[in-house]
Amino acid sequence: MPHFDLSLVLHGQYNDWLLTGLRLSLELAGTTFALALPLALVVALLRLSPNLALRTLGAAYVEGIRNVPLIAHLLFWYFGAPELLPDDLKQRLYARNAEFICATIALTLYTASFMAEDIRSGIRAIPVVQIEAGRALGFGFLQTMRRVVLPQALRVTVPPLISQTLNLWKNTSIATVIGVAEMMYEAARVETATFRSAESFAFVTAAYLGVSLVITGLGVWYHRRYPVRTA
Amino acid sequence: MIQFDNVNKWYGNYHALVDVSETIAQGEVVVVCGPSGSGKSTLIRTINRLEPIDSGTISLHGADIHARGVDVNQFRSHIGFVFQQFNLFPHLSVLQNCTLAPVALRGLKPAQARDKALALLERVGLAAKADAFPSELSGGQQQRVAIARALAMEPPVMLFDEPTSALDPEMVGEVLMVMRDLVRDGMTLVVVTHEMGFAREVAHRVLFMDQGRILERAEPHAFFNAPQHPRAKQFLADIRSPFARGD
Amino acid sequence: MIDIIQTYWLYFLVGQFPNGPLGGLALTVLLAALSLTLALPAGIALGLARVSPFRAIRWPITGLVYLVRGVPLLMVIFWAYFFLPTITGVKTEQFSTMLMALVAFNAVYLAEIVRAGIVGVARGQFESARALGLGWWRAMRWVVLPQALRSMLPSLVNQFASTIKDTSLGYIIGLTEVSFIAAQINTQVFTHATQVYLLLALTYFTLCYSLSRVAYVLEKRLNRRTAAPARVPLSIEPTTNPAA
Repeated sequence: MPHFDLSLVLHGQYNDWLLTGLRLSLELAGTTFALALPLALVVALLRLSPNLALRTLGAAYVEGIRNVPLIAHLLFWYFGAPELLPDDLKQRLYARNAEFICATIALTLYTASFMAEDIRSGIRAIPVVQIEAGRALGFGFLQTMRRVVLPQALRVTVPPLISQTLNLWKNTSIATVIGVAEMMYEAARVETATFRSAESFAFVTAAYLGVSLVITGLGVWYHRRYPVRTA
Repeated sequence: MIQFDNVNKWYGNYHALVDVSETIAQGEVVVVCGPSGSGKSTLIRTINRLEPIDSGTISLHGADIHARGVDVNQFRSHIGFVFQQFNLFPHLSVLQNCTLAPVALRGLKPAQARDKALALLERVGLAAKADAFPSELSGGQQQRVAIARALAMEPPVMLFDEPTSALDPEMVGEVLMVMRDLVRDGMTLVVVTHEMGFAREVAHRVLFMDQGRILERAEPHAFFNAPQHPRAKQFLADIRSPFARGD
Repeated sequence: MIDIIQTYWLYFLVGQFPNGPLGGLALTVLLAALSLTLALPAGIALGLARVSPFRAIRWPITGLVYLVRGVPLLMVIFWAYFFLPTITGVKTEQFSTMLMALVAFNAVYLAEIVRAGIVGVARGQFESARALGLGWWRAMRWVVLPQALRSMLPSLVNQFASTIKDTSLGYIIGLTEVSFIAAQINTQVFTHATQVYLLLALTYFTLCYSLSRVAYVLEKRLNRRTAAPARVPLSIEPTTNPAA
């Protein structure tokens, strides 16, 4: 059995590869989060709208996206969608970081569909009398949401959203399938170059775990600091 | 038969049971009453160790149920306990609720357990509902099944923790009647209740508790007509309404 | 799109079977069902460990759960596929690798579902079982678990749908499940990538959406008797009759 030599991945070239991968994973996760959260809010409000057409649109988005695995989304946006673009846009896409862009799009749409459901549940957890009170004061639908419901819903929604963020962080690993040079891609690359899977995977596992623990810790802190207060 | 010896219990800093000492003899019917938070539910739940105690001993026929290393399950199978919320098992039929423990713990054959259970259900007036499920029964019916379920283990003593407090008024009577029949058959009963009529007619002794202590022990007649302790007088004055019968 | 379906439908559904190993949609569903079935006993055991009164059992299992949930499934697959052969000497092929990884992963997620189910059963049930003299294990086995498993059914169905999606990761190690087959078809059809991948998406959608509907119906049936206080309704519609 080959001996376990962690220094292989802690210094030198392979370490650089893995760290670059880690940085890209974090960038992918961060960019996606920044885009997915507002999108999720919009979709959640669509699903709660008094307008039937908007409600159906929201529901179609959520059900259509989240019932399809992330790999299928990635394959579609990287191999399928660019075919539909006019030629000059396609050239510009491939000139830049096509893999990262397509991965971000796929991941954003996917993550937003789950986050939208969590936000919707959070809003629905607020007793209906709150909305009635807001409407009785004369606020419209959006205003009632903004001033009365959402501030209360926020505390309830944060724990599941932290959970989704955790999932997002883990899902960045799947972007490897379309060639994004994130951490998992680099781990496989180091393994191919050195035939030593244990060290490379141990590093990457520790990295994923580390960030996961930070995210979970954030959730625990938030829950302690801002507990849910009901009437 | 049940002996409390200097029992103390704390919930954190709150002293829930304070130096409680009492003896309940075989065949006695004892009612425990008092204001909310007096510790009466806690007291009865320590008898079968649903609540632990911090000092003192509680003995059943001389054996301390709170001692370390004692077989709690063995003790509990000889004590019948009826809860305020009935707690029937919703996924089992009425009959199955009553046969579960005898078959699992006493090794009864299913047919034997069935016959015994049916006899008990007959006794509480619910033999016709043997194959129904708890969700199909009223509160009073469920509580009567709960009593049958406890009786199925043939315990020498039955404990009741506010058995009628969760029932609508019109169903209280049917449960109290079953309990009175148990008394007629010589069963030892310890009952925590607000039903003063039941205490007056059926109990041998009344224990009045407040703030974790037993403040007065008397026969029902003496207690209800001439309470000694000022807190007991206050309590009885508070619960008496101008619409009550007689005194 | 129709001619793609007409030409490749069998390949899409069963891969190269019977002229080769089972593949395609059949493999996807088989893998998901098998892994969930195998994971269930372990999931129940771990779930019970999570609610055990003994810290010596509870803490290590809780640690294990946090560990497995902090790592991507792909990582677990890579460990199994690249690392395991180096210490066992046996080159594991794709199906058994995926199966092992999915069973391990699902056991942990099922443990959480089981735990939530057990905790959701009213405390009074456990107490009254103990009051009859039943020990901890018997009270769990005969009173709490049956009720918990019933209430868990919708979550189990959802977990099945999730597992079906997770099987798609087999693509990365070359397992001939339905996503891999779709990519193969794409290399042959070449200029219709959009259509091929839309078809793939549609397949997953049909499967997983139907399952989620089943879970929804199950949940409605289970909640039929509980009356919850009025919450924000599915849509905020005017409740008064405007014509009145």
